[in-house]
Amino acid sequence: MSFRILSLSMLSAVLLQAAVASAADAVPVLTINAQQFVPQALTVPAGVKQKLIIRNTGTIPAEFESYDLSREVVVPARSEVTIYIGPLKTGRYQYFNDFNHAMQGTITVPAAGKGN
Amino acid sequence: MLATAIVMFREVLEAALIIAIVLSASKSIAGRGRWVGAGVVLGLAGASLVAVLAAKIAASYSGNGQAVMNAVILLSAVLMLTWHTVWMSAHGRELAAELSAVSVDVQTGKRPLAALLIVTMAAVMREGSEAVLFLWAIAAGGEQRVAMTLGGAAGIVAGVLVGLLLYRGLLRIPARYFFSVTGWLIILLASGLAAQAAGFLNQAGLLPALGNTVWNTSGILSQSSIAGQLLHILVGYVARPSGIELVFYGATLLIILSLLRVQQRSRMRGAKGRAATGVSA
Repeated sequence: MSFRILSLSMLSAVLLQAAVASAADAVPVLTINAQQFVPQALTVPAGVKQKLIIRNTGTIPAEFESYDLSREVVVPARSEVTIYIGPLKTGRYQYFNDFNHAMQGTITVPAAGKGN
Repeated sequence: MLATAIVMFREVLEAALIIAIVLSASKSIAGRGRWVGAGVVLGLAGASLVAVLAAKIAASYSGNGQAVMNAVILLSAVLMLTWHTVWMSAHGRELAAELSAVSVDVQTGKRPLAALLIVTMAAVMREGSEAVLFLWAIAAGGEQRVAMTLGGAAGIVAGVLVGLLLYRGLLRIPARYFFSVTGWLIILLASGLAAQAAGFLNQAGLLPALGNTVWNTSGILSQSSIAGQLLHILVGYVARPSGIELVFYGATLLIILSLLRVQQRSRMRGAKGRAATGVSA
């Protein structure tokens, strides 16, 4: 797969999303590399259904899991998955890689008004 | 090594407990072992296939393929558990009575052997594909490979052992309560699996959450604790359930209970008819 096509299609996806969503926010991407989630701390607005792309750039499969968000999704090596979270209340939600518990992170939902 | 053992234990545990419940609930059905065994083998084959195709599955349905697939697997297990429960409540007692009698010549309609196979296959396939991917992850992970593989094996053995313990324990339930206990276990198990399916469909953005955290009991019983995890598998305990999960849980529970009620009523009518014509049941 060519990176150019990939990035072009991603760019167009982002543009489309921006055109559709009035907030014009791009879909946040959570990257899993060989060692850790990047970014480890993600902020999403309160009270909206949030799309999230989880991309595994490593060569080892991972499983994004969160009891707090009740989410569980395997992210195969060198691929990405889409999940929806929320609408969430204000607070901190922890997640981890079920295949490697050393990899953990949090999603923070700030009080309404501040986040938007 | 311990971490590996725990992850594998958890992956195996769910399938092991489901199989234990299904095996004990169907103990009076002849030939169930073969069908459940076939379910395990097919499930493992399916799990390996899913693991190999993981990247393709993940990319399908615009990145939601995995959640959709999990929901389909879980819902088919729910359907099969429903069929099994309703059938057992209709024929289980007669079957048990006839088995203890001399001849085993039961012609009580289609036996839910296919249900046993599909439930087992679904349970093994869903948890197994994650287990296979996890093992792949450690096999690819360089250092400590041997220790981690050993840990993984220990986790599998422990998971199977707990399943075996539950099976043995269930078989010890006095005959008087046996059908109601295993019946209830299956009903709650099915409702929990339906709720999980709802969770996956919500994760894929196909169903609304209807309130993301309807209540939060993670302070009382965390879902990551052993007790929380066991209850999650057995009765579908979720510390922070979403509205849609509750809807699916309640609907499944209600549907199975009403099917049982309808079926019980027709059986009672049948028994009355037989009594009237002087044929003992």
